[in-house]
Amino acid sequence: MKILVAVKRVIDYNVQIRVKEDGSGVNTDNVKMSTNPPDDNAVEESVKLKESGKVKEVVAVTIGEEKAQETVRKALAVGADRGIHVKADTYIEPLGIAKILKKVVEKEKPDMVFLGKQAIDDDCNQTGQMLAAMLNWPQATFSSKITLKDKSMEIVREIDEGLETVEVNLPAVVTCDLRLNEPRYASLPNIMKAKKKPIDQMVAKDLGVDIANRVQQLKVVEPPKRKAGIKVANVAELVSKLKNEAKVI
Amino acid sequence: MSVLLIAEHNNKNLKPFTLNAITAASKIDAEVHVLVAGSGSENVAKEAAAVPLVKKVLHCDSPNYQNYLPENLAPLVTKHSEKYDHIVASANTFGKNFMPRVAAALDTSQVSDIIKVNSPDTFVRPIYAGNAFATVKSNDKKRCVTIRPTSFEPATKTGGSAQIDKVDAADVPNFSKFVKREETKSERPELGTARIVVSGGRGLESGENFKLINDIADKLNAAVGASRAAVDAGYISNDHQVGQTGKVVVPDLYIAVGISGAIQHLAGMKESKIIVAINKDGEAPIFSIADYGLEADLFKALPEFLSELNKLNTIQK
Repeated sequence: MKILVAVKRVIDYNVQIRVKEDGSGVNTDNVKMSTNPPDDNAVEESVKLKESGKVKEVVAVTIGEEKAQETVRKALAVGADRGIHVKADTYIEPLGIAKILKKVVEKEKPDMVFLGKQAIDDDCNQTGQMLAAMLNWPQATFSSKITLKDKSMEIVREIDEGLETVEVNLPAVVTCDLRLNEPRYASLPNIMKAKKKPIDQMVAKDLGVDIANRVQQLKVVEPPKRKAGIKVANVAELVSKLKNEAKVI
Repeated sequence: MSVLLIAEHNNKNLKPFTLNAITAASKIDAEVHVLVAGSGSENVAKEAAAVPLVKKVLHCDSPNYQNYLPENLAPLVTKHSEKYDHIVASANTFGKNFMPRVAAALDTSQVSDIIKVNSPDTFVRPIYAGNAFATVKSNDKKRCVTIRPTSFEPATKTGGSAQIDKVDAADVPNFSKFVKREETKSERPELGTARIVVSGGRGLESGENFKLINDIADKLNAAVGASRAAVDAGYISNDHQVGQTGKVVVPDLYIAVGISGAIQHLAGMKESKIIVAINKDGEAPIFSIADYGLEADLFKALPEFLSELNKLNTIQK
């Protein structure tokens, strides 16, 4: 079997976000970028399934500017076999990304597509579900446990009420939750080896799909700041404040 | 033109967040219709029809919709979407799961997780885990929108009498099946809607020590929350997690105990009306957003807190 795993380059999750003063967006100049965290879980799970012998090939794909290729290199360094970089210089909405991924799926014919459950930049939580719908495939979102069978997967999903188990026939789209696994670090020899693994290049606008954005970003602002509160000296004072000042207990 | 809202329910009752979503839908357009898709779900349709803001209920009852499988639900929504300009649902694991499938089928770009309706085509939504707010305008003819429930007040539940129309089911693809759901049972209020939330972090040091949190929660009739660190360390199950990758809560009182205040956690609770932080590290970021901060060892402070609460004559419920 074959897995296509999609990775996205985003502002590193440890970076304090700075909103541009002119309201045009978030500052990305000289800011540390990395792979979207749940995408690392998607890569890790793909590689684990390959190590179990059930999966023969793992192909990592990214869509974005030149440097987005770093995320594919990282996937190759932890065990993906080869990469695909679909070049795009501007932001593309999840709808357009899903259309591009559908083209890649049609070419690669994987049995499964793995993605992170959500990108931590635009927080859309759409791409995997949209891709599944476009391919007319089943999906499992927020996956925290995956059991691969011959023609299906049994997947435990994290939902608001607790956990849900579903069985989806192959081929299927899986979006991965942070608790699915513990992503490994690449060893130096593997990083060196990954440099020799092939990365196919494509160009988004040559794929013959409509990727024009439909949603216009009018402005981006900082959220209203909470004013700093006070420190209380002891528990008795805390309870008294909550009872008599805030009146919440 | 009108709005089609997809109800979240358990086949017996509407889930509370559907009421918040109805409020948001009514700000987009007053003509709010609700689609109830379920199995043996007559009472849910009746409850939806009783909400005064709802003008019509579309009810589709079939075993295929019992467990809200997105592969089954999305074609039904798409089938009945023709007359509507907006298709809306809550931005929780229910709405997030199926709505993008509807948007893809309609070739429309979804607007996720809105916290404000400026006009029928312009919305405010948090990005970067709530570290920035984007105002966005959708240029699609048909708009799929998911709503952050805690950013809107729940609609009044009773007094209305909307018409209930039975609607046809859609074909189902039969390539996915529901196996089981393990809902965490609790005597306490639900985390997403509780008036008071008491949360523990890695500072608790073990699952057993969450008893200290539970005791306070019971006294205050509060829900129990946790940071991702506490969940990842195995102290408590994931459905208690508050934060970017857990639940977003907006209680009247949020008490964070042994939680340092990682960006990921703050994203889930910083809109709470009153925030209390109890932490032994005076430099912890949680103090910068707390209304009342107590720099103390939680293992001493929590028992004291409980005994002070016990001294009070009355506690608000």
